[in-house]
Amino acid sequence: MKIVVAVKRVVDANVKVRVKADQTGVELANVKMAMNPFCEIAVEEALRIKEAGGADEVVIVSAGPQGAQETIRTALAMGADRGVHVLTDAALEPLAVAKLLKAVVEKEAPGLVILGKQAIDDDCNQTGQMLAALLGWPQATFASKVEIAGESATVTREIDGGLEKVGVKLPAVVTTDLRLNEPRYASLPNIMKAKKKPIEAIAPDALGVDVSPRLTVLKVEEPAKRQAGVKLENAAALVAKLHDEAGVI
Amino acid sequence: MTVLIIAEHDNTALSPATLATVTAARQLSEKGAGDIHILIAGSNAKAAAEMAAKLPGIAKVCLADAPQFAASLAEDVAALVVGLAKDYSHVLTPATTYGKNLLPRAAALMDSQQISDAMAIVSADTFVRPTYAGNALATVQSKDAIKFVTVRGTAFEKAAPADGAAAIEAVEAPAATALATHQGAEISKSERPELTAAKIIVSGGRGMQSGENFKLIEDVADKLGAAVGASRAAVDAGFKPNDFQVGQTGKIVAPELYIAVGISGAIQHLAGMKDSKVIVAINKDEEAPIFTIADYGIVGDLFKVLPELSAELDKIKK
Repeated sequence: MKIVVAVKRVVDANVKVRVKADQTGVELANVKMAMNPFCEIAVEEALRIKEAGGADEVVIVSAGPQGAQETIRTALAMGADRGVHVLTDAALEPLAVAKLLKAVVEKEAPGLVILGKQAIDDDCNQTGQMLAALLGWPQATFASKVEIAGESATVTREIDGGLEKVGVKLPAVVTTDLRLNEPRYASLPNIMKAKKKPIEAIAPDALGVDVSPRLTVLKVEEPAKRQAGVKLENAAALVAKLHDEAGVI
Repeated sequence: MTVLIIAEHDNTALSPATLATVTAARQLSEKGAGDIHILIAGSNAKAAAEMAAKLPGIAKVCLADAPQFAASLAEDVAALVVGLAKDYSHVLTPATTYGKNLLPRAAALMDSQQISDAMAIVSADTFVRPTYAGNALATVQSKDAIKFVTVRGTAFEKAAPADGAAAIEAVEAPAATALATHQGAEISKSERPELTAAKIIVSGGRGMQSGENFKLIEDVADKLGAAVGASRAAVDAGFKPNDFQVGQTGKIVAPELYIAVGISGAIQHLAGMKDSKVIVAINKDEEAPIFTIADYGIVGDLFKVLPELSAELDKIKK
């Protein structure tokens, strides 16, 4: 079985983003970029399935500008086999990404596609579900455990009230939640090896996908700031404030 | 224009987030979006439909009652929604794990770019939504004919059942997709209120040092009738299961009172709780970022402060 993993290049999780003064977006110039953390978990899961004998190839796909190649290279350094880069400078919405991924998946014909549940930049949490819909495949989102058995998979999902187990027929789409695994670091020899692994570049046009946006961003603002309050000496002072001043207990 | 709400429910009652979604739909309606219908897809879900019929502003309840909807699998509910959506201008559902799982599937099948986590309704086609863990609020306008929107439950008041008497209409279910099967669930059982519905939340972070030490938090929570939460660091460390997680990738909460204990205040945690009315921080590091947004802070050892807090709460109860 082949596994396709979709990855996204985002602003590094440790960077505090700043809204641009003209309210057109956030400042992205000279900001550290990294692989979306949930995508790292997706790459790790695919590698573990392969290492356990459940897959023979892990293919990494990313859509975005030239820089996305670095993110694909990071996944190759973790141990994936090859990359597909849908090269475009267009601002991509989740529906457009799902359409691009569908075209790639139809060419690659994997038994499983793994994505992160959410990207930490646009916080949409849509692409995996949309891809499953467009392919007519089952979806197992927010996975905390994936067990492959022949032509099907059992996935434990993180839901609001606890955990849920679903069985899906393969091929299927899985999106990763936080506790699925702990991604590995790429070793130096593997980083060197990854430089020689192939990455195929394709244009959205070649996949027959129209990526024009459906949403117009009218403005981007900073949320109202909270003011720091007062520091109190002890629990008695706190209870007094909460009871007498704030009236919340 | 007509709005369709896809209700999250347990066949008996609608979820609190669905009640907030009703309020969002009513705001859309006031801004020109027309009548509001609500879809109950369930199995033996008549009670949930009857509750929906009493809500203010609901013109019609669509009840799709079939065994395949028992577990709310996205594959089957989306197939149902796609059959109905063409008659609507908007399809709304709460931004809970139920709605987040379901709605993008339906939106993609209708070739619509969903708007996730709407916090405010600007007009019938324009919404405010958080990006970058709530550090940048985007106002976005949709060009799609049918707008699919998930609604942030904490951003809208919950609609209270009124004397509404909307008609309940049966909707035929499409053939079951058989793409996925429900194989069971482990739902956390707790006497405490549910996180997203609680008026008071006491959360612990990495500073708690172990899952065992959460007893100190639970003791304070029980005296306040509060829910217990955890930061991502505490979940990562295995102190608490993921359904306790408050933050960008966990639950978004906005209670009257949020007490953060041993939580430094990472961006992704603040994203989940900074709209709380009153925030208290207890942390031994006085430089911890949590203090920059807390209304009240105590710099101190939580293992000393929590028992003291518990004792003080006993005093005011007397």
